[in-house]
Amino acid sequence: MGYENLSIFEQDFWDINNSLNKLLTSTNATALLLVDKAGQLITSVGNISNLDLVSFGSLAAADFAATSQLAMLIGEDEFTELFHQGKQENIYITIILSRIILVVIFGKSTNLGLIRIRIKTTVTELEKIFTNIFAKLNSNSERMRDTFNEDFKKAAESELDDLFK
Amino acid sequence: MSVINYSSREITFKIVYYGTGLGGKTTNLKVIYNKISPETRGKMISLATEMDRTLFFDFLPMDIGSVKGFKTKFQLYTVPGQIYYNASRKLILKGVDGIVFVADSQIERFEDNIESVDNLLENLAEHNLKIEDIPFVMQYNKRDLPNISSIEDLQQALNPWNVPYFEAVATQGIGVFETLKAVSKMILQRL
Repeated sequence: MGYENLSIFEQDFWDINNSLNKLLTSTNATALLLVDKAGQLITSVGNISNLDLVSFGSLAAADFAATSQLAMLIGEDEFTELFHQGKQENIYITIILSRIILVVIFGKSTNLGLIRIRIKTTVTELEKIFTNIFAKLNSNSERMRDTFNEDFKKAAESELDDLFK
Repeated sequence: MSVINYSSREITFKIVYYGTGLGGKTTNLKVIYNKISPETRGKMISLATEMDRTLFFDFLPMDIGSVKGFKTKFQLYTVPGQIYYNASRKLILKGVDGIVFVADSQIERFEDNIESVDNLLENLAEHNLKIEDIPFVMQYNKRDLPNISSIEDLQQALNPWNVPYFEAVATQGIGVFETLKAVSKMILQRL
């Protein structure tokens, strides 16, 4: 894979959030996060009020990347599921289309078994949505050019000038 | 790979600071963290060893605010400089939008810098990326030390692409903002 952007449009974004909200309700998990493999947060649902989402996204991607390398060392392509157990909260991580990381944060109000069963439907739904998103990536350059035109670039540069005075 | 969310109107870019061990990459991020306003920056995370050497990465998120209705964010990463952490270095380059190479100007680190640039090219190739295609700037750090190579020698050895370069004394904050500003602008121009 060379250089490309990940653009997510309104309808896809709502479809993603709907799918995640269904999983959240059906499992009673604390929160769900979608992160791309480079560590950037795509979206989150649930109780995230005490969570530093940006840091969490970056570390979750790093965690997944590091364990994937461990997998390769023992002859696996990657580990498709990760589970971290804490005293109060736990984390379950799985991967969508080898590119998007789905993180479930959950406490004592649910259990790992339920999450592993219910997440299958969500993974299938998200795979469809992201297949669609990736297929559109090449055709959305016009919208990108319109949105991030010279005006945008100039405005962003002047923000940078102000910031780094 | 920038992530553009048209629904929440956010765009995020990833900048990676690359270079030899003890060259000043983490110091660059610390200076940025200390100098910009707290509303602009998130929490800085360092995955370091007990000796304060970067083990996996340092991470600093920055939010430059709303530009034409788009929340524009930069995420800064450093890689571990030491040779034996190459597996970690490779991982951090995933999805990179812009690179700063922090070279240690001291004469005794001259060969290490060359080796580190070669290593950068190799690791980019593993992600099917070429340095020519990525916004890239060079920072010659530690210009305050007595035993340093000339800029001409460093340019010749490390910068055959003739990308913009900056002289820096990161510990004093000199050249740090200029470097980041330059690579950020190059990323925006490339959009």
